[in-house]
Amino acid sequence: MANVNLRDVRKIYNQTQVIHGVNVDIDDGEFVVLVGPSGCGKSTLLRMIAGLEEISDGQVHIGSTIVNDMSPKDRDIAMVFQSYALYPHMTVAQNMGFSLQMRGNAKAEIRTQVEKAAKILNLEPLLERYPRQLSGGQRQRVAMGRAIVRNPQVFLFDEPLSNLDAKLRVVMRGEIKALHQRLGSTMVYVTHDQIEAMTMADKIVVMRDGFVEQVGSPLALYDRPANLFVAGFIGSPGMNFLSGRYASGAVWIGDVSLPVSDLPVSASEGRQVVYGIRPENLAITDDDGLPLVVEVIEPTGAETHVVGHISGQRVIGVFRERFTTRPGGVLRVKFDPRKVHLFDQQSEQRIN
Amino acid sequence: MSAIESRTAMSAPMQSTSRLGNRLKQVALHTAVFLLCLVWFTPVLSLFVTTFRSESDSSRTGWWYAFIEWRPVLSNYVEAIYLTGVGRSVVNSIVLTVPTVLGTVLFSAIGAFALARMRFRGRIALFLAMVGFQVLPPQLVLVPMLKFFLALGLTGTFIPVWIIEMGLTVPFGIFLLYGFFASIPSDLVEAARIDGASEPRIFFQIILPLSGAVLASLAILQFMIAWNHLLIPLIFLGSGSLSPLTVQVASLAQTNAGGLNTLTAATFISVIVPLVLIVTLQKYFVRGVLGGAVKG
Repeated sequence: MANVNLRDVRKIYNQTQVIHGVNVDIDDGEFVVLVGPSGCGKSTLLRMIAGLEEISDGQVHIGSTIVNDMSPKDRDIAMVFQSYALYPHMTVAQNMGFSLQMRGNAKAEIRTQVEKAAKILNLEPLLERYPRQLSGGQRQRVAMGRAIVRNPQVFLFDEPLSNLDAKLRVVMRGEIKALHQRLGSTMVYVTHDQIEAMTMADKIVVMRDGFVEQVGSPLALYDRPANLFVAGFIGSPGMNFLSGRYASGAVWIGDVSLPVSDLPVSASEGRQVVYGIRPENLAITDDDGLPLVVEVIEPTGAETHVVGHISGQRVIGVFRERFTTRPGGVLRVKFDPRKVHLFDQQSEQRIN
Repeated sequence: MSAIESRTAMSAPMQSTSRLGNRLKQVALHTAVFLLCLVWFTPVLSLFVTTFRSESDSSRTGWWYAFIEWRPVLSNYVEAIYLTGVGRSVVNSIVLTVPTVLGTVLFSAIGAFALARMRFRGRIALFLAMVGFQVLPPQLVLVPMLKFFLALGLTGTFIPVWIIEMGLTVPFGIFLLYGFFASIPSDLVEAARIDGASEPRIFFQIILPLSGAVLASLAILQFMIAWNHLLIPLIFLGSGSLSPLTVQVASLAQTNAGGLNTLTAATFISVIVPLVLIVTLQKYFVRGVLGGAVKG
């Protein structure tokens, strides 16, 4: 087990910079998720930690060593690929034991290690099968088993659940999380799925275009996103954004005023701001509420999603209570002023 | 009549016409294949039958008479193998072909692996040059090669034949394997790298085991080429005691030493090895050549 520290890490491909000086500290035993839209550089960053991509500038520390010039095998890491990358011509046991075989371990010891890992992942009945004889979820588990057998300092996961169907993804999500709790190893996990990030991470690193947008615990990112991008990326359905003007303690959209709680607002009067409110922070109220013109109603059973608009701006609300309003009708809602996120329209940074 | 019933009633005659059309197409196809087979196999059959006929039979009647009065003799084979040196030249052919095949497969695989999986300067240029130079006829290099091996004193041995046969096929071999190696997912190679495998280990333990079919098809191809080559062994080995089947049969045809039926027996011996090889290994051959053509 070890900590991983990225110091001003950069990646330049033929004069195009794709990673712009990333600084991230991953503590020993922490589960860190790198999340962002495709092309944000999260996989590249992971591959740089693994040693599969050259580090153009900056330093990567694993434990107390700088690993920049080390080959992947010397970094004491294990990686689980999106495609699983199982060797098709080897049995499950051979796949899992391959790294130990490369290290020159004795056959009996390899067998013991493989069986130990197989037991953790319930792979024992499958050890003599070939990858082509396994289902997607089983292959996924073998890929994890191959990583566990090595007992590495750091586990790296590159979108390991993307090839699974939705239901299995939820199951495997739980298994990986349980594995982390059991092994207590440092894990770095790349995904584009913010739900995966939220449910699994101790710490989330949100990336965009090769920059780190925010680092923090899942709930910290959810409750206090540092900028518009993080606010929009984390959470599903996404946060509502209403652009307006800040004046005398409230945000004005035309002549409708939206409440802002007494949190200190570092915005000067008349400034253009984005008013952010999460869908679940809307509540149905009596006649004095804001008029939400309903367009679409999506009942999920436990809650109902309502898509509509307020003063011409699109708003989504999530309500637990039932109501009778139909599409085309008006639902009176109020915003929870303590849950308001204010962003500067120009800089897109949080200002409350 | 309900809607469903009327639809069934309407589609029934249409279905039977299309079934008839399919049937006709099939008959035409089978006829064409049968005719092609006839054209291809009649000479082979005549050759085969003649090898079992005595010289006197052959001089009196055509080969098809063998089916009317079947009097097989083995004397042609005995004569071909013992008297004309064909037996020895079968061994020579094997000694010539097997190392050539093994070398071609190994060197093509190494070359293709380097071009497909390693990053170095001039990689693309090298690859293009290799593909491009294949259009040059091999006769072009024979004189310089002969001079070269004469200077080394290696003519009259198998070494120059092995080297030249390999040299002529390896570029094509690299071209064939390159596409296959390039299609092996890079994740596999990277996983092996993380697992601690060195490049030679990746080559021998990951890439080669996954390439069995395409390697087999290259091997079969090279076997046929090397087995059937006349010019190169003739130049470098002469028609002496080291000459392979092709050279031996050719000289037999010129000298007419054993008579026509002995010649046919000798020819058939030279054909039988590649024939057996192709028939038994054809599934690898087809799989290898078509490999990567469609998503598997």
